[in-house]
Amino acid sequence: MIKFDNVSVSFSNKKGQLVNAVKNVSFDIEDGEILGIVGTSGAGKSTLLRTVNQLQLPTGGKTVVNGVDVGGLSGGDLARFRHSIGMIFQQFNLVSTKTVAQNVAFAMEIAGRSRDEINRRVPELLDLVGLADRADVYPNTLSGGQKQRVGIARAVANNPKILLCDEATSALDPETTNDVLRLLKEINAKFGITIVLITHEFDVVKKICQRVAVMDKGELVEIGDVFDVFSKPQHDFTKTLLSHTFDLDVPERLTLDDAKPLVKIIYNGEKAEDAIVANVVRNYGVDVNILHGKIEYINDKPFGILIVQLIGTKDNLDNSLDYLSKNTYRTEVLNERN
Amino acid sequence: MNETNYSDLFDNLLPAFGETLEMCGIALLLAVLLGVPLGVLSYITAQRSICQNKLVNLVVGFFINVVMSTPFVILLVLLLPFTRFVVGTSIGPEAASVPLGIVAIAFYARLVEGNLHAVDKGVIEASLAMGATWFRIVTNVLLPGAFSGMIRGLTVLAVTLVGYSAMAGIVGGGGVGDLAIRFGYYRYQTDVMLITVLLLIALVQVIQTIGEKASRKVQK
Ligand SMILES: Nc1ncnc2c1ncn2[C@@H]1O[C@H](COP(=O)(O)OP(=O)(O)OP(=O)(O)O)[C@@H](O)[C@H]1O
Ligand SMILES: [Mg+2]
Repeated sequence: MIKFDNVSVSFSNKKGQLVNAVKNVSFDIEDGEILGIVGTSGAGKSTLLRTVNQLQLPTGGKTVVNGVDVGGLSGGDLARFRHSIGMIFQQFNLVSTKTVAQNVAFAMEIAGRSRDEINRRVPELLDLVGLADRADVYPNTLSGGQKQRVGIARAVANNPKILLCDEATSALDPETTNDVLRLLKEINAKFGITIVLITHEFDVVKKICQRVAVMDKGELVEIGDVFDVFSKPQHDFTKTLLSHTFDLDVPERLTLDDAKPLVKIIYNGEKAEDAIVANVVRNYGVDVNILHGKIEYINDKPFGILIVQLIGTKDNLDNSLDYLSKNTYRTEVLNERN
Repeated sequence: MNETNYSDLFDNLLPAFGETLEMCGIALLLAVLLGVPLGVLSYITAQRSICQNKLVNLVVGFFINVVMSTPFVILLVLLLPFTRFVVGTSIGPEAASVPLGIVAIAFYARLVEGNLHAVDKGVIEASLAMGATWFRIVTNVLLPGAFSGMIRGLTVLAVTLVGYSAMAGIVGGGGVGDLAIRFGYYRYQTDVMLITVLLLIALVQVIQTIGEKASRKVQK
């Protein structure tokens, strides 16, 4: 388990001013989960992540991994600790003078593995990431996605318990991103490795994370189940971050008509969404005018948003809204009602 | 203008060429043996580098700067006692190799340090994240990454040393450059000066070509 305990990091910049990159961040990351950290550029995501393997020392608080205060490690202890944590990067950071196989072997050499073991395991790892046929080429002949696969093979070479990903897909096109995310998910499922993944794209979070932490200006503003954060963002910053997913634009004149409630219905896959809307029509004598809708997939679970206008008598409207609230994930009236 | 005795000149030219090669060769060897470690030391002990050490960094930097900012002729003279101590004499090509070697070490250390700085910092960070020691990073990442640049640096150094070696005549070092000065400059034998200078240009050209080829060959 990774525990951020009131972690703060400040730098003095070139002008000598203090920059508080991370401010009093506390949360836990469970074993085996995939947790996303999102936030805008400069939010302190990388800095926080780097305290997990002491690439960065906290200036306040501590980062604890499996009961060990990371900041207290040094020398051989720190080196051994780092062998148990893999890391992949936006720019891949492969050694350009080593072949693909040598890059993977390098991680194992560092960890003091025997030649025999290295010779046995490197082909297995390249197989895992689908690069068995590129073992002897140099990184500069690979595509971005392939480079990141080498990075992943290298990062998991020593059977780490934790994999840190700093914008690992930000330099890749959408399709390659999906491939890499699928590979990460597979690794997580197969080996139970805890994955901490930084990204500025909520799309990435949606695809593979179970939980998400949102950072803004060095602070943790929100953390929770991806589905919950998605459907009920608490913090304004999160709402802004999510706005492109959730703001289904409807013409303003519709929101002004306060006799006809404009309702946003959010439902997840476990509810029989179609029947619910049909029931409103059938049971309450209310007309339902569907204005907008879309389905998102979060962790492969469908997550639907529907914007409808309800037309009917006040009593019927009240009843149907009541019914909707009880039977959907969330129902929200977008215009003011009297 | 004096009459040129060409057979006399060619009798002088061959040994002089040998002396130039000897002086520059020894200096180059010293540069590789000591300049590389010094350059590495300066790089890794710098602030925020992989083996930070203020004192060592200061001392190394000071040595390099002093040697590089002192005019070579003055260094030549200042180092006379040291030269005598090391090679037993302060005259001849071996003696001239000492100050030349020291300049070469300092000069090459700076070049190497520059080449190391050009190595991707991200890769160093990745290595640190894997738990690599500074020594492993130096041998596996930094030196291989800087290798082609270091060969190019060696070329630059060799060319510079050919120039410096001409001044070695002051301590009786001999060499082609010395010949050019003695015959061509002091005795106003323009043709001799021309021949020796052409020879130096040819030497430099050969070094440059070899260096470039080698550097390109090792580039990944
Ligand atoms: N070594 C450093 N020295 C000084 N300031 C730093 C250093 N590293 C980070 N910072 C500052 O700390 C703040 C947070 O940086 P950080 O890299 O953690 O942000 P981030 O959320 O990862 O952003 P991005 O999405 O751009 O990678 C920034 O203002 C940055 O300028
Ligand atoms: Mg970052």
